[in-house]
Amino acid sequence: MTRRQLWLRFIAHLDRPLLLGVSLLLATSLLVLYSADNASMDRPLAQMRNILVAMTCMWLVANLPLHYLMRTAVPIYVLGMVLLVAVALFGEISHGARRWLNLGVANLQPSELMKIGVPLMMAWYFEKHEATLTLKNYFIASLLLLMPIALIARQPDLGTSLLILASGFYVLFLAGLSWRVMGVLLVAAIASAPVMWSMLHEYQRHRILMLFDPSQDALGNGYHTIQATIAVGSGGLLGKGYLNGTQTHLDFLPERTTDFIFAVYSEEFGLLGSLFLLALYFFVIWRGFVITGNASTYFTRLMAGSITLTFATYTFVNMGMVSGILPVVGVPLPLISYGGTSMLTLLLGFGMLMSIETHKKLVRS
Amino acid sequence: MKKHAEFKNHQREIFHFQLRLVVSIGFVLALLAILLARFIYLQAVRHNYYQTLAESNRISIVPIVPNRGLILDRNGVVLARNYSGYTLEINQNKTPNMDAAINDLSSLIEITPKDRKRFKKLLAESRSFETLVIRSRLSDEEVARFAARQYRFPGIEIKARLFRDYPFGEKTSHLIGYIGRINEADAAQLEGSDLAANYRGSDYIGKTGLEQSYENELHGTTGIEQVEVDAGGRAVRMLSHTSPVSGNTLVLSIDARLQEIAEQSFGNYRGALVAIDPDNGQVLAFVSKPGYDPNPFIDGIDTQSWDELNNSPDVPLNNRALRGQYPPGSTIKPFMALAGLNFNTRKPEQTINDPGVFYLPGSSRQYRDWKAGGHGSVNMFKAIQVSCDTYFYGLSTELGIDNIFNFLSRFGFGNKTGIDMEGETSGLLPSQEWKAKRYQQIWYPGDTVSVGIGQGYSLVTPLQLAFATATLANGGVAYKPHLVKEVRSSLGAEMRLVASEPIYDLNIDPAHLELVRSAMVAVTQPGGTAVYASLGAPYHIAGKTGTAQVIAMKQGEKYDEKAVDERLRDHAWFIAYAPAEKPRIALAVLAENGGHGGSTAAPIARKVLDYYLLGKVPKPLQDVKEKEDIEHD
Repeated sequence: MTRRQLWLRFIAHLDRPLLLGVSLLLATSLLVLYSADNASMDRPLAQMRNILVAMTCMWLVANLPLHYLMRTAVPIYVLGMVLLVAVALFGEISHGARRWLNLGVANLQPSELMKIGVPLMMAWYFEKHEATLTLKNYFIASLLLLMPIALIARQPDLGTSLLILASGFYVLFLAGLSWRVMGVLLVAAIASAPVMWSMLHEYQRHRILMLFDPSQDALGNGYHTIQATIAVGSGGLLGKGYLNGTQTHLDFLPERTTDFIFAVYSEEFGLLGSLFLLALYFFVIWRGFVITGNASTYFTRLMAGSITLTFATYTFVNMGMVSGILPVVGVPLPLISYGGTSMLTLLLGFGMLMSIETHKKLVRS
Repeated sequence: MKKHAEFKNHQREIFHFQLRLVVSIGFVLALLAILLARFIYLQAVRHNYYQTLAESNRISIVPIVPNRGLILDRNGVVLARNYSGYTLEINQNKTPNMDAAINDLSSLIEITPKDRKRFKKLLAESRSFETLVIRSRLSDEEVARFAARQYRFPGIEIKARLFRDYPFGEKTSHLIGYIGRINEADAAQLEGSDLAANYRGSDYIGKTGLEQSYENELHGTTGIEQVEVDAGGRAVRMLSHTSPVSGNTLVLSIDARLQEIAEQSFGNYRGALVAIDPDNGQVLAFVSKPGYDPNPFIDGIDTQSWDELNNSPDVPLNNRALRGQYPPGSTIKPFMALAGLNFNTRKPEQTINDPGVFYLPGSSRQYRDWKAGGHGSVNMFKAIQVSCDTYFYGLSTELGIDNIFNFLSRFGFGNKTGIDMEGETSGLLPSQEWKAKRYQQIWYPGDTVSVGIGQGYSLVTPLQLAFATATLANGGVAYKPHLVKEVRSSLGAEMRLVASEPIYDLNIDPAHLELVRSAMVAVTQPGGTAVYASLGAPYHIAGKTGTAQVIAMKQGEKYDEKAVDERLRDHAWFIAYAPAEKPRIALAVLAENGGHGGSTAAPIARKVLDYYLLGKVPKPLQDVKEKEDIEHD
């Protein structure tokens, strides 16, 4: 094989538009991290390492034929459930929540695994029963979804459980759950809201209440929201300029390399920058939908659609939280916030999208 | 057929899925639209609001308090100064349990019960965000001891500050006054004025005396530093800096040494002395006895000391020179004589016979002369020299209250002198109109008789009497008295003189003046009522003694000094100017409960004159009270 052939082989399963969009977002991440870390290379370098690892995994998954992908569904889901039960029994407590499993070498957060594991399992289940779908199947799929969620919510990790709930719901929705059932579920959800409210922890209620009047607790729980909103608002149309954000560089912004990184970006690049970023996200999401539309099997359609919608949801929840329209839940801005685990999860998802796109002809033929 | 149906089913499924996909895309677009709307709202619509919030996060405006101006006497002697020192201050917000913190602190640094009491009072008066001084004037050792354990006291810190100090203490207390912490009342007053900005960061304000009256000159202009701070409140860099301008220096017309000598000359007497340069109205000495130490007031005096001062029968906090009102007694006689001459009521050579008692026509009420049996044949000159009451009973009756009121008010009686110190009282020059208003009564001829010898309703302040004496000494040209001679700008050359222009000329006939002035010289000569005052003096003193009654004597009752309580004894007055031929100093002395002006007030005046005119420093004082009375009023 010539060098060129080798190269073509190498990139054969990478979806070029998706890769472009993701790469632009990752480049933005490095740029903003440099500023958020007060012009230090520490975080950008560490993030580059995260990207490298995650990209490699993405490439591997992208090259994985779909039937292999399908085969991973049950083992991943079962492993995830076992780990979640283990966490509930022997997990490490940190910040008042039992989320981590100490493996000696590293701390593992099994709920991350379930972000992929749950939709994967549900898509696999629907594929198995594609020909004879009845309401019973939707019910069983829902159980597959609710079991891990109950465990995660108990940790407590409300943000993650809600996001996994969303990704599972997207599978149900795309699998054709009837509008009537969804209507009933919606009514039931609204009706049970007071009960849910009473089950929430004090700090969780506080965070939601804070949304309506952050100034009530300006130095406590409201501080994050207030300072982030000030950062975004003071950015104006064109922003304060790269490395010139006062909220960022004078330490007023909390969590500015992770959950609140959008405030850093928005303060320095303004409304114009925000628009650019929204457009970039939409480009990636659009490509995700195109892949979903092209997908050749029931499993791949459900999987691609869920991955894309979940990605969109993460983006919305994070930006909504930073700009003060959603409560503060620990959701990073996808592909931009600093952090290895979420990077890996996201790029695994994109790897699957690429695999779905690039293996479809093989399946059809 | 079956295959066809399956295919159709598949087609329908695809169609359903694509419908769901379109709904999904719509859903995502809706989410993005919400975000977009929010960004437009924050970054375009409300940008200015958030911009302001970000700026106020970032920029901290730190006022730089200017150094307060100095107060010097006419020779440059410092009367009020600043020195730097360390204080221990408690931040109220950061100290939830104040008592525990202070107890803890007292194991490290001495905190006296007085400090605690003072602090408690301060705490009650202060606003909750203020930091308050718990101890001042820390020694270097104390500073070191605290600094090593600062971590134990998050709300307590050491501050280096400039302190106000009054080196003359109680000798200048009523003159200089003092500064004190800005309390809520001061703050409310400042808030309403355009001075509010200039007092940002200032802790002190003049409370009494010249410190209060010249507050605007002394305070200076507050500087401003704009500092960029981070979230922890740490200064990151300076954005702009406007230096403060120190307060102006006041140069007083007061002679500190003269003031000291005057103060000491009172011995144990309470009273007041005001000495004025008749040529220009400059006040040379301004004494109110007893004084108080103004220094403890600066950082808030403790309640016990305050109560002691406030409830003392000696009323040390009362500025007698400025606010004390006493009947002028016989010191009014030279002015009354001028009135008589002015209205041609009596010729100078006209004599009356003094049998020792005066009757109003048609009345049996006796108005006695101070000398039993009277002075015999008395003309105006002698009437002043021997202070003949009978002569002035008659003169005032003949003048009538309207003429007396009109003439005496020209000397400033009944009016504030307009001296450059706040809080002056105006005394009382009675008139028909005043009495009708005050008592809804008509004026009786008997009222005029009393006014003729400076009793009855008449009241003057020592300052007023000194001012009138200075006007007399200066040939009837009045200069408004003032304590500050010049205001020196802290920036250097600029210097403002406080006006020394005559405010009015009384246009008194020189012949009339000549008569009264020579009679006043005779007062201090053998045969006069204050001969002791000029014994051995190488210059001539023109003077007049006076006695102000503290208790009224009933008809026919004889005042017996030995029989009445010390605090009910008469007040002694002496007014004088010297040298009589070309006066350089005019003064009024009041010795409370001093009895006779000639024996107690005049010697005080003499010491002041001797120092001012001859540079003679008096010997350590003997107790003036023990001296035998040589002369009578």
